[in-house]
Amino acid sequence: MAQLVVETKNLTKKYNGFTAVDGLNLCIEEGEIFGFLGPNGAGKTTTILMLLGLTEPSSGTAQVCGYNPTREPLKVKRIVGYLPERFGFYEDLTARQNLRYTSELNNLPREEAEKRIDDLLATVGLSQVADQEVSKFSRGMKQRLGLADIWVKEPKLAFLDEPTSGIDPEGIDDVLNLMVSMAKKGITVIFCSHQLHQVQKICTRVGILAEGHLVAEGTIDRLGRQAIAGGRYRVQVQVTQLDPGLIDSLKQIKGVIEVQSSDNLLFISCDKDLRGQIAKTIVGSDSILVEMKIEEYGLEEIYKKYFREA
Amino acid sequence: MYAVFRKELADHLSSKRFIILFMLIFLAAIFATYIAFHNIRGEVTATTEFVFLKLFIVSGEGWPSGLPPPFLFFISLFIPIMGIALGFDAINSERTSGNLSRLLSQPIYRDSVINGKFLAGLVVLSIIIASVIAIVAGFGLRIIGVPPGSEEVLRIIVFVLVSIIYGAFWMALAVLFSVLFDSAATSMLASIGLWTFFFFFMYIFPVIPQAIANASVPIDQNSSLEMITKHVEIGGIIGRISPCTLYGEAVAALVVPELASLNPVLLVISTFYAGRMVTSLPFSQSLLLVWPHLVSMLALAAICFAISYTRFMKEEIRAI
Repeated sequence: MAQLVVETKNLTKKYNGFTAVDGLNLCIEEGEIFGFLGPNGAGKTTTILMLLGLTEPSSGTAQVCGYNPTREPLKVKRIVGYLPERFGFYEDLTARQNLRYTSELNNLPREEAEKRIDDLLATVGLSQVADQEVSKFSRGMKQRLGLADIWVKEPKLAFLDEPTSGIDPEGIDDVLNLMVSMAKKGITVIFCSHQLHQVQKICTRVGILAEGHLVAEGTIDRLGRQAIAGGRYRVQVQVTQLDPGLIDSLKQIKGVIEVQSSDNLLFISCDKDLRGQIAKTIVGSDSILVEMKIEEYGLEEIYKKYFREA
Repeated sequence: MYAVFRKELADHLSSKRFIILFMLIFLAAIFATYIAFHNIRGEVTATTEFVFLKLFIVSGEGWPSGLPPPFLFFISLFIPIMGIALGFDAINSERTSGNLSRLLSQPIYRDSVINGKFLAGLVVLSIIIASVIAIVAGFGLRIIGVPPGSEEVLRIIVFVLVSIIYGAFWMALAVLFSVLFDSAATSMLASIGLWTFFFFFMYIFPVIPQAIANASVPIDQNSSLEMITKHVEIGGIIGRISPCTLYGEAVAALVVPELASLNPVLLVISTFYAGRMVTSLPFSQSLLLVWPHLVSMLALAAICFAISYTRFMKEEIRAI
């Protein structure tokens, strides 16, 4: 089993009677891209701030790479990169100078830092403008510089708070690709967002936060089955010349729970993936199989479903 | 902290703000030297002692008599502006630009941010003040051709130190407002407002000390000497609430060795006996005279810095 980089136990934060995060139990494994979802004000940023030691939890504990962020914030900050939602750079400094400042704050040796900065500027595609003032940068360029900024200290863990907000689709793709390459370099990435399709594109696992509670956690397809089909698989079949006996014979298959039909479409709920047997049964009947697919669950549906419940 | 300090210092030195401040105070220095050039001969009559210090205190004809001499007036006017300009957006600009949360997620202690910034401002302040006084002294050396004596050099060095402490107070105040107020404009306005109050209403035109003195010990032509002394004393004490008064008095005692006391009562009495033999105080006695002023200014600066330090350290970073 992979090592846990983040582990929280009943992590709670109260602000003057208002509970921002309520008994959060969260585990994040090394090397994954974890999508942290939730509407505005669900407590995502507060959780991150507690994990970084910037805010003290009211109760409960957190462990980041084995350190307690409240007691040893400096050790945590040395190995964790954080890109805040509304971050900024020193506008009158160049991209390179900004990264150099970050490397100095991290006490990196000068020569190594320069080399790293060069490499990173190339990785994020800002080599051409490395010596231009940041004030001339577009929002997308700043976001990429932001990724370079947390990358320069080579963290084990990166918290990215809405890194794709306010940039054009091409810029979004750039940022998402960079996040994937970060993960490939062994950095665990925690991606906070409510841009669901972006999360779905790159995240291996997601956690959904609502009003301070973690309402769901897991891989996207598992969450989908749980949320929408009550844990079942749904197979959708299109046939021509529907044989009246087909539905009955489908129901005979072990594991099939329900078969619904409308025109030429059949919806089959089953315990596990029974596509093979279903196909065999249809082919053996008088009906002609046109198409068969297993229903996939969009993160959007899962998300909405959980919020209807929460 | 060293990284923060170095970056802030580099920022200051390359900023337009620094150039403007330097130009401003440079102009004041040129103006003061110009006045000294034209009037110093008239001043140096009775004694040739401390001619060099006269550079800082000669005032030409037409200079309003109620005001401190030109150089002292300008320097006590510009040092607060400088201090405020160096400090008023120290913390809140980091916050509004979104750099603060990025900065605080780096492996540095939180106080390094405020310490580094304050220290960098202090260094810039020292550079400007020391160079301005050096400029005036340098010009003066050419004009009068008399090199300063060792005591004069000592007095000038302490003058520079006192000026830096005075500037540090205003910077600490501006940094405090930059922690308290989210908008840089508000903290600037608050600092300038307080400066106007202390400088104009408490020091240059001491209307408020006078009003309080008038209300508590009213005097007229028939009042006894005792009443008059009490009246003046109260005015003096109230006036010293203002750091501008403290600075003005301290600097006067340093560059005018003949000034035997800062006690307003004694000053009043000495005007009764105008024309008495003028003897100057030795350096150690002048220093003793300004010591309380110096300590008060240091304490004010320290208090302002301490409040901003604790506020900044305790401030909770919150999700927006």
